[in-house]
Amino acid sequence: MAIASDAPKDFRLSMLIYDTRFRAITIQVIVLGLVLLGLAWLLNNTMINLAAKDKDINFGFLANRAGYDIGQTLIPYTNDSSHLRAAMVGLVNTLVLAFIGCVFATMLGVTAGVLRLSKNWIVARLLTVYVEIFRNIPLLLWIILAYVVLSETLPTTADFRESAKLIAAGQPPITSMSFGGTVALTNQGLNIPAPFFTRGLGSVSFGDFSLSLSFLAVVAVVAGSVFANRSVVRQARLVQESTGVRPVTWWKSLGILLVPIALLCIAMGLSFDVPVFGKFNFAGGLSIDHAFTAMLVALSLYTGAFIAEAVRAGIQAISRGQSEAAFALGLRPNRTMSLIILPQALRVIIPPLISQWLNLTKNTSLGIAVSYLDLRGTLGGITLNQTGRELECMLLMMLIYLVISLIISSLANAYNTSMKLKER
Amino acid sequence: MASPISFTRDVMLPQQLPPASQRGAIKWVRENLFSGPLNTILTLAAVLVVFLIVQGALPWLLNSVWVANSLRECREIVAASAGEGASGACWAVIRERWHQFIFGFYPPALWWRPTLAFGLMFVALAPVLYAGNQRLNTLLVGIVGVITVLALILLDGTLSHIAPIALLFGALTAVARLATGRLIWMTLLYPFLGFFLLWGGSVWGPVGVIAGFGLMALVYSALQARFGVVMASAAGFVAACVWWLGVQTIVTSLIHRVLPFGLEQVDSDQFGGFLLAFTIGVTSISVSLPIGILLALGRRSDMFLIKTLSVGFIEFIRGVPLITMLFTASLLLQYFLPPQTNFDLILRVIILVTLFASAYIAEVIRGGLAALPRGQYEAADGLGLDYWQAQRLIIMPQALKISIPGIVSSFIGLFKDTTLVAFVGLLDPLKGVTTIVRADINWKGIYWEPYIFVGAIFFLVCFGMSRYSMYLEQKLKTDHR
Repeated sequence: MAIASDAPKDFRLSMLIYDTRFRAITIQVIVLGLVLLGLAWLLNNTMINLAAKDKDINFGFLANRAGYDIGQTLIPYTNDSSHLRAAMVGLVNTLVLAFIGCVFATMLGVTAGVLRLSKNWIVARLLTVYVEIFRNIPLLLWIILAYVVLSETLPTTADFRESAKLIAAGQPPITSMSFGGTVALTNQGLNIPAPFFTRGLGSVSFGDFSLSLSFLAVVAVVAGSVFANRSVVRQARLVQESTGVRPVTWWKSLGILLVPIALLCIAMGLSFDVPVFGKFNFAGGLSIDHAFTAMLVALSLYTGAFIAEAVRAGIQAISRGQSEAAFALGLRPNRTMSLIILPQALRVIIPPLISQWLNLTKNTSLGIAVSYLDLRGTLGGITLNQTGRELECMLLMMLIYLVISLIISSLANAYNTSMKLKER
Repeated sequence: MASPISFTRDVMLPQQLPPASQRGAIKWVRENLFSGPLNTILTLAAVLVVFLIVQGALPWLLNSVWVANSLRECREIVAASAGEGASGACWAVIRERWHQFIFGFYPPALWWRPTLAFGLMFVALAPVLYAGNQRLNTLLVGIVGVITVLALILLDGTLSHIAPIALLFGALTAVARLATGRLIWMTLLYPFLGFFLLWGGSVWGPVGVIAGFGLMALVYSALQARFGVVMASAAGFVAACVWWLGVQTIVTSLIHRVLPFGLEQVDSDQFGGFLLAFTIGVTSISVSLPIGILLALGRRSDMFLIKTLSVGFIEFIRGVPLITMLFTASLLLQYFLPPQTNFDLILRVIILVTLFASAYIAEVIRGGLAALPRGQYEAADGLGLDYWQAQRLIIMPQALKISIPGIVSSFIGLFKDTTLVAFVGLLDPLKGVTTIVRADINWKGIYWEPYIFVGAIFFLVCFGMSRYSMYLEQKLKTDHR
């Protein structure tokens, strides 16, 4: 029987390659050297190129006047504001689109994913067609198509002007406002009623930012209601655990959730500013750009198809024995779904779901196709072109996207760790 | 004696069918469409949706116009045939502009080159797609050959192109039938052949690059016996680099002066449409898989530095949108490279798209590696295999098999993402070409038809890829569940 000999004591140069104890170090040193060399080469090239173009790396341009207009501004912005401010408007636009898109895509995706597994033949087929079509055709096509259809099929403002004249003359109009005359769909954008408070609480301003107190009050009341509702549900669970009978709570929950916010709205005098056709265009109300609508529609439908697949895979991953066991215990199908299948499926569904949210957030950068001025459109688009600071703008933009992604994925990891099956 | 039983049936009744409501179509409909109030509502809603879609799309499709010179003419034809106010598709735009959607601005006289390259791509793929399956290989090569020749007859009808190409495909089919394994040489040769066919130029450039690989093999086999695998491959690599970077251009230009063989050169800015999408997509897909495997192995490596670099690279790439990478290719690469290097935009885009895709593929493969039971690694160690042998023989075959669905969906995503190159000024089929077509005064205001055409081709390719991945999963399934 062969006995392993002791490792040789004396060091030979060839051991750097052939001895596994040293090989790892050799490889790492070589890689480190190559990487450093490569970085130095890139840096050196950059220095030479910058010097040749008489440029430097300087973020001072961010304080300069931007000088361009942005269609959708959710924080105060004029073309006199700085480039930094423009970038922040873009960032807010990115985040708003990503957030609303994630909400819609999740609702759509979960519905489609569950219905795809339905026993109903025609519904299952219809949703399979939806999922396959949207998954296999580029997102860019859906964005452009949604935008083109919105802006080329909807009536123009001229049609509305013509209609006003026809109505005055007592003839049937070409076009009219939808939803009982509250929403106007034109080829310029969607005009919807804007909620506002006649007896609002005013706002406080901190330098550049101003905060609406009415908005804060609404948020506080909603949060309070949700909190109160949770305690009601907890109470109900305690009763159920001690007596075995679950008290009926839905009317309590409904009251707690709805009454305070309704009272607050009445107290502050909620009313709606309905868009009205003026001389040339619609005045009043909230005007939503088609770029935003098209992005939202396309992103939700596209990502919804992927989420549907994730949901379907998650539900199918739960072994049949689980539902059979539930039936054996005498649970009805919907209770089986909500108490047995979904809690387990959720563990499988959540990681791909969050990765789809991440994808959606990154895909908002396709807004460039329809001139939606998000972070890429402001900082990485107009600001970059105006100032010629490619290096700084791209660096900053990548950094911001990276931070957003890292925040979302670290949330995902935290969730994963907390939900992981505790085994042995 | 009278029987206490008043009646006994002594003949069996013939078996009866179940009641009408419990059999056939009625039963199926009751069970699948109207099994409860919720299901009934869903069914009715679905039928309504289908009805609305058909009601809108069917007349539009039935009134299609294939021959017209402008959108206005289309509408006149539809109005004349189907009455005023009827809707009708105007496919005439595809009939007039299909070549821009397919080839971009590639010179019409040279269309046979991308067509041949596309056909040969399937020949090169055959040994990879259907490894060792003689029947499927022959079938694929034969069918592709017939289609390519037919396409060429329709495209230019020049006998001097068609006859040798038909012969070539005949020979390739024979190879696939008689020596299926030999087709792999076509796969190895294809990158150079495809490049040569698409871009043209002197034949000696690609030949020189192949010669570099030959030199590498030569040096390796000469030194391997004396210095071992590691030193010999390092020496071979260095020798090939010296050849490619220093010697090759001088030698090939000398040979080209003596024997000026080559094809007419086509510039990258003439590429467009699906030709561009396939060029970028296929190159990036085939290069990103090996890089992705290396990154995944790096991420699971014990070596701290390798692991950190891999994690950093993967997380950075996955954290930024592809569009920023493309802008890096078009705006920033000029800063990072030595002054006066000005290499092709398509090549720059391919490099960045490849890096982008390889980070995603690395994560998919890492999932596959993590899913393997530890026993597999330990068994490989127990057999005395070294790291690369263990990876090649035990780990990778299983890990890749697990990750097939993920890898293929990354590929599909990559192919769809080739449309984004429109934003750096390349002429992709979706935005680049369609914008040009829609800007034409004759076709102003047309939108459904070009997008449906482009979308249908994308759908075919991506759906085909996902079906192939299902076939592969079935074929490689070895467990007995």
